[in-house]
Amino acid sequence: MNISLLLAGNSVAFGGLLFLLSAGFALIFGLMRIPNLTHGSLFMLGAYFGTSLIGWGFGFWPAAIVAGLGVAAFGGIVERFLLRRLPGKELAQVLVTLGLSFMIADACLMQWGGDPISIETPPSLRGATLIGKMAAFPTYRLAIVAVAVTVAAALWALMDRTRLGAMIRAGVDDPAMARIVGIRVSLLFTIVFSLGAGLAGFAGVIGGPILSVYPGLDQDMLPLALVVVILGGSGSLVGAFVGSFVVGFLYNFGQAMLPELAYVVLFLPMLIVLVVRPQGLFGRATS
Amino acid sequence: MRRVAIAAALLALATLPFWVGNTYYINIASQILLYAVFALGLNVLVGYAGLVSLGHAGLFGIAAYAGALLVNSGFNHFTAILGALAVTVIAAGLFAVLALRGTGLGFVMITVALGQIVWGVAYRWISITNGDNGVSVTTRPQPLGLSLANAPGFYWATLIVFLVTAAATAVFVASPFGASLRGTRDQPRRMNALGYNVWLIRFLAFLFSGFWSGAAGMLFLYYNQFVSPQVVALTASAEALLMVISGGTATLLGPIAGAALVVIMKNVASAYIERWNFVLGAIFVVIVVFMPEGLVPGSVRLWRWTTARLRPPIAAAPGPAARAREAGE
Amino acid sequence: MTALEVNGLEKSFGGLRVTAGVSLAVEPGERRLIIGPNGAGKTTLFNLITGELKPDRGAVRLFGRDITRIASRRRPHLGLARTYQIITLFPDDTLLRNVMLSLLGLSRRRWNPVARLDRQSDLIAAAHAALARVRLGHLADRTLTQTAYGERRRVEIAMALAQNPKVLLLDEPFAGLSIDERRDVQELLAAIPREVTIVMIEHDMDVALDFAERITVLHFGEVVVEGSRAEIVSHPRTREIYLGE
Repeated sequence: MNISLLLAGNSVAFGGLLFLLSAGFALIFGLMRIPNLTHGSLFMLGAYFGTSLIGWGFGFWPAAIVAGLGVAAFGGIVERFLLRRLPGKELAQVLVTLGLSFMIADACLMQWGGDPISIETPPSLRGATLIGKMAAFPTYRLAIVAVAVTVAAALWALMDRTRLGAMIRAGVDDPAMARIVGIRVSLLFTIVFSLGAGLAGFAGVIGGPILSVYPGLDQDMLPLALVVVILGGSGSLVGAFVGSFVVGFLYNFGQAMLPELAYVVLFLPMLIVLVVRPQGLFGRATS
Repeated sequence: MRRVAIAAALLALATLPFWVGNTYYINIASQILLYAVFALGLNVLVGYAGLVSLGHAGLFGIAAYAGALLVNSGFNHFTAILGALAVTVIAAGLFAVLALRGTGLGFVMITVALGQIVWGVAYRWISITNGDNGVSVTTRPQPLGLSLANAPGFYWATLIVFLVTAAATAVFVASPFGASLRGTRDQPRRMNALGYNVWLIRFLAFLFSGFWSGAAGMLFLYYNQFVSPQVVALTASAEALLMVISGGTATLLGPIAGAALVVIMKNVASAYIERWNFVLGAIFVVIVVFMPEGLVPGSVRLWRWTTARLRPPIAAAPGPAARAREAGE
Repeated sequence: MTALEVNGLEKSFGGLRVTAGVSLAVEPGERRLIIGPNGAGKTTLFNLITGELKPDRGAVRLFGRDITRIASRRRPHLGLARTYQIITLFPDDTLLRNVMLSLLGLSRRRWNPVARLDRQSDLIAAAHAALARVRLGHLADRTLTQTAYGERRRVEIAMALAQNPKVLLLDEPFAGLSIDERRDVQELLAAIPREVTIVMIEHDMDVALDFAERITVLHFGEVVVEGSRAEIVSHPRTREIYLGE
């Protein structure tokens, strides 16, 4: 199969996975105004947790969901007992997430050891699928895209159609006003942080068959989430969706065509966006 | 009293290799001093300018890599050091121009992006940086013919650099420019209205900070005789920030104490505690949440609180002036 | 030549026109008062004059010189000083240090990274003098957090006066003060020599009217009435704006 087509296909699949990772990051960033530096380690935590669940006999999809729920619960505890102690102090909150990322990464190392653990592709999705008449593409990668689109649709429905979503959007637009109107913004913070964490944990298991699970996975994934959300516009799920695929392409084609500058290709656009529109992405634009 | 304490400390530091017999611990001391140089430099930005950088390991690493590449290209150590410092200051200027486009959290994120770009180059541009394999230098400098090959020799060289850094930072902080810098941290808008060029003040502070990060990077290079991409990773910048925050940003002693804490925990404690990063993260979290002003001021506060509790209660009732003051505030 | 002149200043934020074409001229040595209800755009006008905000249209002239394009940080060097409605001083520093920062702002010494600030005796003496002028000399070594609100207001004014301005802009200098404290500030302002032109924004009519020679009334970003004390007090539009008649 044509190498470009293969790369493109992988980019799309990777983009899907990135969306699952970044959606949570975008939500947290949008509502709580902090880049959650724990996000990579939550992804990794979910992946490791998934491996244990599978080891205990869970099926792939149940393991993914349970892992997601577990990480969500963990996220809720973190928000409720740590971040909430620092209301309004975004920098301090970011530093706490940084410290936590160290703790989680090391705890995973303690619990699951230093060797990479692979997660087997679910049996029904092994092998390749024929697309059109020419391309055979790994079925699982197509499944990831399907999952990403499903989750995107579900999130959109949540944000657009439910009361919770409306409250979240209000909180993103104007937290002070939201409080005045009676929205319990602190509770919202806990819910959104949980949701974001859970999505990351779920994504970790989903990514398992492609990436496997290893120490350092968190440090590989966090910068990607960062780039996606900054390129896509903080807090915007649509932006995260589009940004994920853009980064997927940049990452794969960058690695293939300019291996020496692979990371520069990723971070330079992020830097440019940050430098050119700093106010628009961080904090509210103040008059 | 302070002068006696400083003199005693200087004496202790100067004679350290004699009363610490073990080479391992002398090397620990060298590490503490070189990271103290790094932390003092970073604190100029974090503590005195109020600008938190999570990309300073990038500058540290640029110096180390530049130095290594210059030495391996045949330049003598002196030239390599000067060259590395020059490159680092230029890089600091570039970092500053970009990062100062943002404020607060925006500034932090831009420094993260810059640090990641440096890491990306170090990790991937294998033809220059040798990627993950890193770059080695086989010799240490011989200033005035004295060998730095052994632990005490290197320790004294590091001590001298540290003392220069500490003195320079102390002078800087007590100067009119230092006061201007602190003013821009506390009330940038008011400083602007008073006639100060806030951007330029911050830019120059960044250069000053970058210079010392570069000096520390060179010390690191000669200490390890090796540099690898790990040096410029986000965790390295986080550790540097931890040194500054844990010790306390408002004093000169703070970053030094923080550097000592982190280095000791990393090297010595890790022999007893298996998971260093976990402890590092936990300390970070605890300090940020419970002792945000840092260990040095926090401990001072704790000390005062404890001794106040232990002092017998004052017998007389407060006089009318004190009562009025309390009522009026 | 006027001391301070603005011509057709306009400023909008999004769809909101905060300053809708303001023109006024203040003579040297004058004591001008700008009043108007909340939201009239008074502080925005000050921000436009000091350059913290860029006008959409219009010009600002200081002693005949067009300063509209000049950066806000350069204007103190040209003789323009201001105080703020919300006290923005340096909370962890002593009063002396606060005033020294004000003095340094205009001095080349502010770039010096090696001299010891504590040894700049001329600066220290000038700072003491500036504090004495507002009768706070005895509190020079107190930190800001150890002073009362009224004292901090006077430090605000001392900071501005320390820069020897030719035009002094005071943004609600009497806000939040007790009767005694107001009297202190009034005396302070009365003692400022005529070399300094003063423009004041105030809410409190009684105290401010004593001070002002000419008064400009702003409403919805426009000048609606301007004149002497007597003229303003009796003008029907003033009554309308303030009493809602």
